[in-house]
Amino acid sequence: MDMSRTVVPAPQTALDLVSLPRRQPATVAGIDWARLAVPEARRLRELGFDEGVAVEVLHRASLGSGPIACRIGRMTVALRRAVAGAVHVAPAVAAE
Amino acid sequence: MHASPLVALVGNPNAGKSALFNALTGARQKVGNYPGVTVERHSGRLVLDDGRPVELIDLPGAYSLEPSSPDERVTRDVVTGASSLERLPDALVVVVDAANLDNHLRFTLQLIALGLPVVVALNMVDLAERDGLTLDAAVLERELGVPVIPTVAVRKRGLDALRAALGEAVGGGGRRTPDVSAGTQDDIVQLQRRARQIATAATVSETAGRRWAHMLDSVALHPVAGPVLLVAILFVMFQAVFTWAAVPADAIDAGFGWLQDAIKGALPDGFLRSLLTDGLIAGVGAVIVFLPQILILFLFILILESSGYMVRAAFLMDRLMATVGLSGRAFIPLLSSFACAVPGIMATRTIEDEKDRLTTILIAPLMTCSARWPVYTLIIGAMIPNTQIAPFVRLQGVVMFGLLVIGIAGAYVAALVLRRTVTKGASSGFMMEMPKYQVPRIGDVLIGLWQRAVIFLKRAGTIIAATTVVLWLLLSFPNPPEGSGISPVDYSIGGRIGHGIEYVVKPIGFNRDIALALLPAMAAREVAVSAIGTVYAIDDTDGSGTDRITDQIRGRWTLPTALAFLMWFVFAPQCISTIAVTRRETNGWKWPLFMVGYLFAAAYIMAGITYWLAVFAGL
Repeated sequence: MDMSRTVVPAPQTALDLVSLPRRQPATVAGIDWARLAVPEARRLRELGFDEGVAVEVLHRASLGSGPIACRIGRMTVALRRAVAGAVHVAPAVAAE
Repeated sequence: MHASPLVALVGNPNAGKSALFNALTGARQKVGNYPGVTVERHSGRLVLDDGRPVELIDLPGAYSLEPSSPDERVTRDVVTGASSLERLPDALVVVVDAANLDNHLRFTLQLIALGLPVVVALNMVDLAERDGLTLDAAVLERELGVPVIPTVAVRKRGLDALRAALGEAVGGGGRRTPDVSAGTQDDIVQLQRRARQIATAATVSETAGRRWAHMLDSVALHPVAGPVLLVAILFVMFQAVFTWAAVPADAIDAGFGWLQDAIKGALPDGFLRSLLTDGLIAGVGAVIVFLPQILILFLFILILESSGYMVRAAFLMDRLMATVGLSGRAFIPLLSSFACAVPGIMATRTIEDEKDRLTTILIAPLMTCSARWPVYTLIIGAMIPNTQIAPFVRLQGVVMFGLLVIGIAGAYVAALVLRRTVTKGASSGFMMEMPKYQVPRIGDVLIGLWQRAVIFLKRAGTIIAATTVVLWLLLSFPNPPEGSGISPVDYSIGGRIGHGIEYVVKPIGFNRDIALALLPAMAAREVAVSAIGTVYAIDDTDGSGTDRITDQIRGRWTLPTALAFLMWFVFAPQCISTIAVTRRETNGWKWPLFMVGYLFAAAYIMAGITYWLAVFAGL
């Protein structure tokens, strides 16, 4: 049932990795695991995607579609928009 | 137990494992295959300070003990003692990238929990420092509870300390049994959080770095500049293969020519002399001439891989590959297939999705592998004039490039059709770590090239030499009656078989010589060249004594026939090794037979179309 699914608390700005502006530092606010296939979700976890981790969109291949390269922790990871859309983000506060 | 202790190198992909392996073992290593699973087994010998030998194996990179691809499964099975192909290691060297501890420590924690003696190599500490990251190895050691040795594999730093720590680890005696449940019980998210805590604790200072990497990526991954750069790199690569290889190839050719003359001078005319010169040397020599081209191609592929650019190329190609239902990941095995489909097909094991992987395997033989180049070069060199059609552009090069493009287009169409029919399934994703940019180390590249050269020369010395000799025998016997005027080839057993095949291939413009070459070329495509060479060496009826294959082809072939022959080789699956590796990779005969069937059909149709179009065009 849909109720059993943990609903991600929507950040004030409903940003995800697709809509996050390039080079805008952010943190992962939540991940909509239910939107992802099981192996996809596992690989995403293995690559370090988790709530509270620093994330930044570095590049988008070709305008409009194509994969996205982002920095997660100290790693650069390429992923498709379908997956990137499941990663909700909150812009980081400027102060260190 | 007298066998030397076994130590396994384990770690995440991109941790610098192979560089560390090369630094520890030097040239004393061998590449083999785990039987049945086509995962390369890299092993080597390491001598400890007290003189004890240790066998070191380099396991495929993995993200965790939950495998998602065949090579990750090998790693899991070996470290948990579940592998039937490898004994349980006496100790593990866990290689972690110092600049990426957050991520790599998670797998390290899993491995430590197994309970085998572990030494952690904190690798690439120099790059971490360059990125403004200072780490405290003592803190890591305390948190992890195992020795942590900072290393820089490519500069051989820290190797002595690592060897000493290994001596302690394997000297403990008493083989332990891995506690598999302890290694896999923790939730991956919990482990990840613990890893991040340890990484934070071990970090002394951290400043923003890697500006230059961002600058490189802003060109390499740019929506416009990126693809332009990729095409330029591929163009330079293929251009280099032809221009750089000319001098060494001519030298090898001259060397075999000299050998033939020396044997002709030393032996009386007869069976043995003909077997050696017309059969063995003409055949094997015709193939070994292409070693320089193959090595140059592998040189580029090794540099692209070890510099970190290959994954960027996959990133750029993902969108295009997605249009045929594949992912950018498939680009890497396909590019390797330009050198040889066998390592290319083996490289598909990193593709997680089964249908994706199968499609990539089925289209890999359409990439113009190096075995086709002898065939292309010979025919193009003989039949296509090398006129300059623009600055730096010659007609022969354009035809070569055209054949390459036809192969790629064929693969594109094949993937499109396959993904909608026999390998139908949900479109797979694309998720890949992008490694740091690195200057490739010459030593590592040379080791890679050496391994490829050995594999190629072994092939030339075994499969190719054997088929060439068999063909020579078939073409030499029986001899036509004295004064009958029949060509010795036509009269021989081989010649009669060739005439039989000729009936099938005549509609697509092939002559007797081609029909004769097709059968032995099933062993390997380049045998077609040596086979044609053997036919003309035996069939030297005009008595001119010219052994130059190109002159013979020029005199006997028409341009439509030559073009049809080239087109045939774009598609025809004439390679026993590829068929064998496909059988192994797909666990059965179904897919290799399907592959052979669809490729032969495509070859026949495309060669036929080419022949008749060329005939009607009056070429």
